[in-house]
Amino acid sequence: MRKVAVVGAGMTKFMRRAQETGKELAWQAAGMALDSCELTLKDVDCVVMGTAPDAFDMIHMKAEYLSDGAGAWRKPYMRGFLGGGTGVFVANQAWYHVASGLFDVCLVVAEEKMSSCLPHPQGAFVTCWDQFTESPLGTSLLWFFAWEMNRYMTAHGITEREIAQVSVKNKKNALDHPCAQLPAEITVDDVMNSEVMAWPVKRLDVSPTSDGAVALVFASEEVAKRITDKPVWVEGVGWCLDTMYIGQRDLYYPKYVEYAARMAYDMAGIKDPRAEIDIAEPYDPFSYKELHHAEGLLLCDKGEAVKLLVNGETQRTGRQPWCPSGGALGVGNAIAATGTMKVAEIFWQLRGEAGKRQVPGKPRKGVAQAWGDEMQVGTVIVLGV
Amino acid sequence: MSEKVKVWPGTPLGEKDIKEKRILVTEWQPNLKYAWDTGIGYGKYFAELKKGRIVGTRCAKCRRVLLPARVFCEWCFRTVDEWVYLEDTGTVNTFSVAYTGTAAERLKEPRIPALIEIDGSHGVAIMHLISEIDPWKVKIGMRVRAVWKPEPEREGAITDIAYWKPI
Repeated sequence: MRKVAVVGAGMTKFMRRAQETGKELAWQAAGMALDSCELTLKDVDCVVMGTAPDAFDMIHMKAEYLSDGAGAWRKPYMRGFLGGGTGVFVANQAWYHVASGLFDVCLVVAEEKMSSCLPHPQGAFVTCWDQFTESPLGTSLLWFFAWEMNRYMTAHGITEREIAQVSVKNKKNALDHPCAQLPAEITVDDVMNSEVMAWPVKRLDVSPTSDGAVALVFASEEVAKRITDKPVWVEGVGWCLDTMYIGQRDLYYPKYVEYAARMAYDMAGIKDPRAEIDIAEPYDPFSYKELHHAEGLLLCDKGEAVKLLVNGETQRTGRQPWCPSGGALGVGNAIAATGTMKVAEIFWQLRGEAGKRQVPGKPRKGVAQAWGDEMQVGTVIVLGV
Repeated sequence: MSEKVKVWPGTPLGEKDIKEKRILVTEWQPNLKYAWDTGIGYGKYFAELKKGRIVGTRCAKCRRVLLPARVFCEWCFRTVDEWVYLEDTGTVNTFSVAYTGTAAERLKEPRIPALIEIDGSHGVAIMHLISEIDPWKVKIGMRVRAVWKPEPEREGAITDIAYWKPI
């Protein structure tokens, strides 16, 4: 396999509703990513596009509809689609397109426009349940997260107040992100007093629905060394899918994230992720999810993530910052684009270009992770300089 | 590069922009209808629910109970044809007190969706609803029993069990 680097990144603001169409958002992010590494569309050999359910837009083959915005015409093109796991998976796909030797430059564009779906994009998930055994019960997507959070809290004796600190931390981090949708100074009491959506999940435990796009440029070693002094290398990739029968696995721990992480760490030669990873962007569409995923990423023992949080070790100035970007909770959750935003954050952090968000101490290794499909896929990427 | 960007792209809209028609939109409400076949495994599962019984299958190789009933084991990747009748009692694996409906609309009275480990299945859970209890008194590990719809009202569906109540 050839060495592959990330050489450019771009993104739009994340917002509840964008005036721009999905194509326009994709085009803005893609153009910005290419400009950032001084390449043009002519230099791009292939395109990978990530965008989540067609049902958000109700456009059949949505990625193909969006593909002009992604610069894909008359080029080898594919769509990555693992629901919420898409954003990191498209980076993994870009890696193997280039690592295989088939292409030298791959443009990744992840776009989501959730606001078209009325009255609320959650309705688009109505068909993500089993149509025989689950949907007839009048399901709400939030049930799943409530079950998982409850199981996780009960298994380890963790409290809602402790978990609320994830929202406090990430929304605060997002104050320094120029594209953030919901940056805020809030308190644990604000989270606890916010509306109960599906207990134990409260309104401020939940990331918003968003419109937005993020793009990355991947290049072979030869191209990367020619065009930049600061390549960020892809050191490992991993992904793994668990069962659709949720009653058949214990929700307290995301085993599939662990398997995906082990695949990526093995490739990266990482033996002790707790010591070797400088910054992490675990997927945080819900507050408890950052902790749950950090455990799956082997950044601490099962049930211990909350201790690192409460000790302040995961703050931007802490020993191992988690979600220094502000995460899905603060920057926003434009489903497929969110994971790619996390990869972009690691890219900017490792290059020392994260501006006000810059983690001190020159971080050298970072991991980004996303989660999705039917809540049972883990996608992981390790970047290093 | 990120720190040098002065203007990040994207134009946020607010609710007013749409209500006051400051921007143009095109609306469409699809009207689609589907009829899904239950197949062989689920077909028997639902036929048995109509009779007031919960049936699963057991894989002869890994000895695991498959619930809802299925005709192949996805781990051993082999045919499964041993039907096992399970109890209509179980243990709450996890639950929620849900104030939101399918499209995130708010409910006045909460529902209690839960995963219930079915007795006889060695810990395999199904998704259903709990009732006849103050929602805030539900606990993980609580024992529950199925409340079946009256026989004439059953139609071979998961909703033939009306809900589960505490034992």
